[in-house]
Amino acid sequence: MESATTPSKIALRKTALNATHRRLGAKMVDFGGWDMPVEYPSSGGLIAEHKAVRGGVGLFDVSHMGDIRIHGTSGKPGGALAAVQHISMNDASLLAIGQAHYSAMLYPEGTFVDDVIVHRLGEDDFLLVINAGTREKDINWVRENTKGFACVIEELSDAYTQLAIQGPRAVDVLQKLTDADLSVIKNYWFTHGTVCGLKNTLIARTGYTGEDGFEIYVPSDAATSERVWNEVMEAGREFQIVPCGLGARNTLRLESKMALYGHEISDKINVWEAGLERYCKMEKGDFIGRAALERAKAAGLTRTLVGLEMLDRGIARDEYCCCGEAGEAVGVVTSGSPSPTLGKNIALAYVPPALAGIGTTIYVEIRGQKCKAQVVATPFYKRPKKVAAPQTAKTV
Amino acid sequence: MAYPANFRYTKDHEWVDVKGDLATIGITDYAQSELGDVVFVELPKVGAKIEAGKSFGTVESVKAVSEIYAPAAGEVLEANGDLHNTPETLNTDPHGAAWLIKVKLANPSDVGSLMDAAAYEAFIAEKKKEASA
Repeated sequence: MESATTPSKIALRKTALNATHRRLGAKMVDFGGWDMPVEYPSSGGLIAEHKAVRGGVGLFDVSHMGDIRIHGTSGKPGGALAAVQHISMNDASLLAIGQAHYSAMLYPEGTFVDDVIVHRLGEDDFLLVINAGTREKDINWVRENTKGFACVIEELSDAYTQLAIQGPRAVDVLQKLTDADLSVIKNYWFTHGTVCGLKNTLIARTGYTGEDGFEIYVPSDAATSERVWNEVMEAGREFQIVPCGLGARNTLRLESKMALYGHEISDKINVWEAGLERYCKMEKGDFIGRAALERAKAAGLTRTLVGLEMLDRGIARDEYCCCGEAGEAVGVVTSGSPSPTLGKNIALAYVPPALAGIGTTIYVEIRGQKCKAQVVATPFYKRPKKVAAPQTAKTV
Repeated sequence: MAYPANFRYTKDHEWVDVKGDLATIGITDYAQSELGDVVFVELPKVGAKIEAGKSFGTVESVKAVSEIYAPAAGEVLEANGDLHNTPETLNTDPHGAAWLIKVKLANPSDVGSLMDAAAYEAFIAEKKKEASA
């Protein structure tokens, strides 16, 4: 085993809350070059963290995510909007100020540079939240591909500590710490308000868990970061808030069928295959990757992303082979795990369209054994719609 | 959790409790804590031969798959079937109720080269120090 002192070992990057996680006894892992908490035994571990988010509230440090601001020079819709339209597949012109959407940056081949959340901060001012493992690649790609536009690119990744407060009680926790009225912020909208005494804090009703929740962006110095973390934990105590790691973040996003870069999406997979057409606005005008996507659509799909539920005993894992009755390879698992909410073993996999129908039997090869699975509807989990309280109590 | 003084331990975090030529094999408390919530256990069939240092089964947590290596060679006499339905016992009682297999050892003296409890505790203390560095 490689010694920790091997000089060739590249130092892992740390968020401002690294010491906090270690003090809490978190199990730390290398995630895309970042030293991040995977679970907190003090929270009860991954399954307890997952269930806290589904039923109550959990707190995640997601400061490893990157942030790119693209703003124009005139204050009117212009260079920055045109640049964002050029480099991303969703239609940013449809965003109101204070609104965000899921989008992706594509290579000319129609495959993924990265997926992003685009926030419209002003008429010609956008914030793109990008993945940790692709930060450098993304910023270089954005700079390269926005050269002809009248806009300024700022990398703000290291300026923010990003905290995700997730779960049905997230709103109750955060409301105790801010003057902003959270009840008026709709899903995928954001506002600026005072949070823990920090003025003009970005508060977005976004997340990567499939649950209601917020992401806040505070200054990344260790003292401020730790103070805000502690105040959120204190405010959440009455709702049994727990710190949550990347382990629960992964099982939560998988149940909700949210893509993970390097798994469901990559530079080898196109938008149609990934089933993300809902976020790709071909009619908005030209953008990088559009022409290839036109051709890909005309040529037809050779593989498509499906949800699998294991019927045999066994857990499908990332990169396991999917095969047919006779053992012939038909596809590959991109993400697989036990689902703490459903109590079943679930997976996402690429298979030929002919095998994508709900109920189709597919086998997953697990340590040389063919284990039976079937294609199921996705997302595996959808959060319950809020039911309006009865207006008046009925008496019989 | 204490490491029983009558057990021997491997660097891969298995324990073995030897009585004559019969051995009970499991994974250590350190192993279960590293794995996290155990959700799946796969064990060999009765009569299967296991070889020292070779994988004889698998323990899976939500996030990871971990092979279990045989501390010594032998023949499987019994596998702990309770773990099929309650794999989480591995998190709560790894040195007791969550034993994995009982084996007739080919050569009982093989286990003499494994660590005793004191040596194993020193070994994992070093591991923990590395992890927090």
